[in-house]
Amino acid sequence: MASRRVTRKWEVFAGRNRFWCDGRLMTAPHPGVFALTLALICGTCALHFAFDCPFLAARVSPAVPAAGAALCALTLAALLRTALSDPGIIPRAAPAEAAALEAAEAGRPPPRAREVLVRGRAVKLKYCFTCKMFRPPRASHCSLCDNCVDRFDHHCPWVGNCVGKRNYRYFYTFVVSLSFLAVFVFACAVTHVALLARGAGLAAALRATPASAVVAAVCFLSVWSVLGLAGFHTYLASTDQTTNEDIKGSFSTRRGVSNPNPYSRGNACANCWHVLCGPLAPSLIDRRGVLRDEMPPSFARVVTTPPAAAPAPLAAPLQLSVPPEPGGALGGSYSNLFQGGEPARHAYMNRSLDLDPVPLQRTPSPRPERRRRALEPPALALEPAPPGLSASRLRLLHDTTMIDAALDLDEPEPPPHLAPAHAPHAPHAPHAPHVPHAAHASLAPHASHAPVHGRALAAL
Amino acid sequence: MMANNRIPSGPNTPGSQQTPTHGGTKVFVQRDYSEGTAVKFQTRFPPELEDRIDRQTFEYTMERLNEHFEMAETADCSTYCEGCLACLTAYFIYICTETHYEKHLRKVSKFIATQNERVYNPRGIHITDPILRGLRVIEITIIDVPNCQSPTGNSNNQMRHT
Repeated sequence: MASRRVTRKWEVFAGRNRFWCDGRLMTAPHPGVFALTLALICGTCALHFAFDCPFLAARVSPAVPAAGAALCALTLAALLRTALSDPGIIPRAAPAEAAALEAAEAGRPPPRAREVLVRGRAVKLKYCFTCKMFRPPRASHCSLCDNCVDRFDHHCPWVGNCVGKRNYRYFYTFVVSLSFLAVFVFACAVTHVALLARGAGLAAALRATPASAVVAAVCFLSVWSVLGLAGFHTYLASTDQTTNEDIKGSFSTRRGVSNPNPYSRGNACANCWHVLCGPLAPSLIDRRGVLRDEMPPSFARVVTTPPAAAPAPLAAPLQLSVPPEPGGALGGSYSNLFQGGEPARHAYMNRSLDLDPVPLQRTPSPRPERRRRALEPPALALEPAPPGLSASRLRLLHDTTMIDAALDLDEPEPPPHLAPAHAPHAPHAPHAPHVPHAAHASLAPHASHAPVHGRALAAL
Repeated sequence: MMANNRIPSGPNTPGSQQTPTHGGTKVFVQRDYSEGTAVKFQTRFPPELEDRIDRQTFEYTMERLNEHFEMAETADCSTYCEGCLACLTAYFIYICTETHYEKHLRKVSKFIATQNERVYNPRGIHITDPILRGLRVIEITIIDVPNCQSPTGNSNNQMRHT
């Protein structure tokens, strides 16, 4: 059924990242080199398991393939985790926030930088013109993905993703396990050749297992850079720096003035522990979250309906009547409603917000009358809708009509005196015609609300 | 808090910006980075809320919020164990369990929702859950509810234009 289609946040994501599996996985825009890395690792491991392992298991120990398999699994898991997870992208500022920043500067663009003290040291927060915000300390804008990434380390084409706050630990695990794997596979290949060559000579041994020679060559060429990288990142982790800060020399001594790292915890062990095993920051972009309005209905009504319903300056320009959220918000809410009224919250909140008056969540066992009421047009609860909302009315709305008013949002209810002009869209319409409209709204979520607003304004 | 911002810029200090939109005013409470990059919000009372709510109530909310985030960011033994275990299981554990941080985020959401419902919404204020703004700002929406603010000819205005 078409109305089951919901708009998830990844579909309207502002950066250039690519999303897979309905937003479960994400990579940088061009993950081609990542495919090469994956092929190289898998290919080498396959050759190792096919040609070296049977020989070594018989001649040396069955533990050899077991250890190889464990290392290989860890490396691949860490690689996939690094490549396909959110590196710590900081979502762009909502239009209202950007407008506030600009308003604070009286119309001029905001200053390029602002300075804050972090543990007593001055740190510059640069303004990001793309994301419309002052970047938090340690964040940087990745030009390839077009996002600000928290604790930005670097953009790694080999793993096809940025490396940042959320996936640094996976990246580090990947680099370290890959260096162990490369050394291990190289050692196995050399042992294989050496054991064969003991009886027959090197040339005959190479002729007997050419795959081992190939594996040894690949490992020999790659192991140096991987080992170097592992060492470098061990140093970075133990000093709690990022590659970005190291390259820029953010904490290096300049002209004899020491400039210690304010984020360091003082000793190498504590830094390593915190960077690699500390609490894992949540993903802020909520890729799988469903686009919906996030305020209680009464607020959303006041904030998003045209000036007639909200006591506001009537000179408000037309485009302001579009709600401050990305375009699909209202269409999304419409179709979600028919999926069962799941709350429009961040993924973490979808599970157990068990507040009593249930403004945000479906009740555990939806009573039939409640469901029916939810599907009825918003007229029932909101019919006498006054131009403004009193506090008691706000409360009533909040307690009872989360879902009804969400419906109402899709079709901004005109103030009572305007209602006759909109007979087909007035809340008195029976509820059956709403269903095809819901399907329509979910198919074209971006277009669904704007014309309605436009009409309401035109009627003014 | 103020000492944190060395260069106050513009008519509003960076601690909070406000913007009037046609439907309500938005006030933004910024992060406090004075103790590092852990999530912490400034607790300074935004003057825009003065006629709606008293200072103690607002500061209580902010402090509780900061406490929740501090707990989420605290790296005690159990979080380290969680990290180690995740590493040992090649991070597959994250597929089936909720992290320490996510548990606290749920508490934060619940706290915000309760506060909104009991304290703020009846006074025409709505606090947006910071996770919806990337934990970077707290967005506070103030709407012009006639009962809360002295209505100065708003209704007349409307009638004239319709």
